Amino acid sequence: MAAAVEIDNVSKTFKLYHERGTSLKERLVKARQSRYDELKALQGISFDVDEGETIGILGRNGSGKSTLLKCICGVLQPTSGEIRVRGKLAGLLELGAGFQPELSGRDNIYLNGSMLGLTRKEIDAVFDDIVGFAELESFIDNQVKFYSSGMYVRLGFAVAVNVDPDVLVIDEVLAVGDEKFQRKCIARIKQFQEMGRTIIFVSHSADQVRTICDRAVVLQTGEMIGMGTPGSAVRLFRERLLESDGAPPAEDAAPSVDQTKKEEKFQLRVREVFTSVSELEDPVLESGGPFSVTAVFRVKEEIDSMVFVLEIHGAKGELLLRTDTDQLGLSTEAPMGEGRITFDFPSWPLNDGRYDISIGAQNRLGDITFDWRENVASLEVIYHGRAAGLLNLPLSASLTAGGPIVRKVL
Amino acid sequence: MNPDAAASSLPADGHEAEAVVPARIKPVRVVSARVSVRDRVVEIWRTRELLSYLISTEIKVKYKNSALGLLWSMVAPAMSLMIFWFVFGVVLKNAYPSFVIYLFSGLLFWNFFSTAVSSATRVIVDRAGIVKKVSFPREILALSSIGTSLVFMFFQTAVLIAFMVVLQHAPDWHLLPLLIPALLATTIIAAGLGILLSAANVYLRDMSHLIEIVLQAWFWACPVVYSFWSQINPRLGGFFFIYLMNPMAPIVLTSQRVIYGHTYVHLTTPTHPGVQLLPTWSGWTYLAMDSFLVVAGLVLLWIALAVFGRLEGNFAEEL
Repeated sequence: MAAAVEIDNVSKTFKLYHERGTSLKERLVKARQSRYDELKALQGISFDVDEGETIGILGRNGSGKSTLLKCICGVLQPTSGEIRVRGKLAGLLELGAGFQPELSGRDNIYLNGSMLGLTRKEIDAVFDDIVGFAELESFIDNQVKFYSSGMYVRLGFAVAVNVDPDVLVIDEVLAVGDEKFQRKCIARIKQFQEMGRTIIFVSHSADQVRTICDRAVVLQTGEMIGMGTPGSAVRLFRERLLESDGAPPAEDAAPSVDQTKKEEKFQLRVREVFTSVSELEDPVLESGGPFSVTAVFRVKEEIDSMVFVLEIHGAKGELLLRTDTDQLGLSTEAPMGEGRITFDFPSWPLNDGRYDISIGAQNRLGDITFDWRENVASLEVIYHGRAAGLLNLPLSASLTAGGPIVRKVL
Repeated sequence: MNPDAAASSLPADGHEAEAVVPARIKPVRVVSARVSVRDRVVEIWRTRELLSYLISTEIKVKYKNSALGLLWSMVAPAMSLMIFWFVFGVVLKNAYPSFVIYLFSGLLFWNFFSTAVSSATRVIVDRAGIVKKVSFPREILALSSIGTSLVFMFFQTAVLIAFMVVLQHAPDWHLLPLLIPALLATTIIAAGLGILLSAANVYLRDMSHLIEIVLQAWFWACPVVYSFWSQINPRLGGFFFIYLMNPMAPIVLTSQRVIYGHTYVHLTTPTHPGVQLLPTWSGWTYLAMDSFLVVAGLVLLWIALAVFGRLEGNFAEEL
């Protein structure tokens, strides 16, 4: 299968001027002294995106995600290297970026559509779909400057997805809009995937990357540090995120001197995670059986607000459960020193499959992560019953004879 | 690489799926630091429809919410026309018959050229929002400024025609086709300059101020309010071609020759019998000059596209 997007050794260097005039006089006077730092936003990035594939790009702020997307869209040109895009590309770097506030929604659909490379006829054909998707039927002839921000964003997304591109590039735009619209966007993206279109997707939400993408790329300070399945990429991303926050990644191997030194710097560290089946010779859980996850941790400094978070993901990366110790009724005060936290499932309610378990420690609001172990354990479940479906709920049936017969069952 | 191939070949249907039929031949777009001028021109041609949208929206937006609307595009040139007519015709009494038509025929092309160049110079900086977020050939923005100015020129032409009808002043019908190469040359030169300056303005914001001043001086180097043949040529002697090195001079002369029509005029004052207002050249001379300008303009445009391509890569960072 041909690659839809080939990214070939792409580098991008920005010059950050300390103080740089944009007038002729300043340029002439300071020609010799204008100093700058070089910022290597991207360094030798190479990967191919196959046709019909959905690629996620993960990375923290400043990792070069947006620069890479801009290069793919052609808004920026790489300093070296080449990007080849096969087919029509629609970039959603910012929703409604090309809108003219003075013009009506109708005019803007045509303007924006032609900016994304459609002809007038093609826009005519999808015009009603766009208006319908954006739910702007009664406002389409109003000037866009009177639109609410939600309407603006809806129109922008509706135009972009309806131009029917071969490659769709989305930059965190799904973070905007209400939940209903977000669901609609995700549904539309799924539809795109079914049509065999290529999608390049940047998101802060690791869960979105897990559920939508086939593969994911992890960027860190301009370098590609990994590419693989969404699960492994998210794991790498979360670990690197912590690493640069001051906490080392989870290495189950014997800690080196270096690592123990690092360990002293942070407040809390999850040292080990094991499950009730991980010590068994054949680590398979029978569906419906009891199951527990235990994390061994060490608290170095006092933390006022701390909860342990448990996440369970299915094989496709979908989130099945997220809960924390606060929700489960435990105190949010972290005990000093060594401790262990156990999550107990009296009976595991899911049928056959593989489940990934992540454990972390955050503050109660979830904006500070003390430590996070992504996919630290996995669980193989086998189901011996005969019911079909995902769930194994405690269930029984009873049959009573002699009651009134209400209706004959055919 | 052929863009039309994508449109004409249909997706393979189910029956043929097993045969070796490519689903769709898709054009490949290359993003890199170097793209050839030929590829740039192909890209611009592909997005020509966007150009017409940009022009029509710019015209719509410009006079939205104003009572007179599009009339404003004619008020400013009409004002300068009246001032020149008052100063040179009434106060200084140059006594050329139908002096307003003489003025207007030169101003028509000059106004187009100067508004096109000055608005194109600003356009990339003015539309930074789009340039930073949406990908399309940025030259289109400069071209849309040229196109918008061209549309305003047509509005002014309507006013000129009204003047000519009222004053019962006929153009030189035989030479009327000369306006086509003249207009073509003006458009191409304005496009070349506009594209070049719009890119330069991103790096040196002075460019937009500088060009305003240059255009002011340039205006007086064109024979719009005075006569090249009777007032400038005698003083230059054999060096008249220096004056004609200004590309707008032959264009303005062409317009005057066609629209004003008379080369030798009888003055309305009794002391002077008459004056050779316009050159005594034949229509072929004008055609040769204008054709040369078209070719020279195409060279300039090619250079402008090459330079623009080199500078474009950093637009999004510089804005």
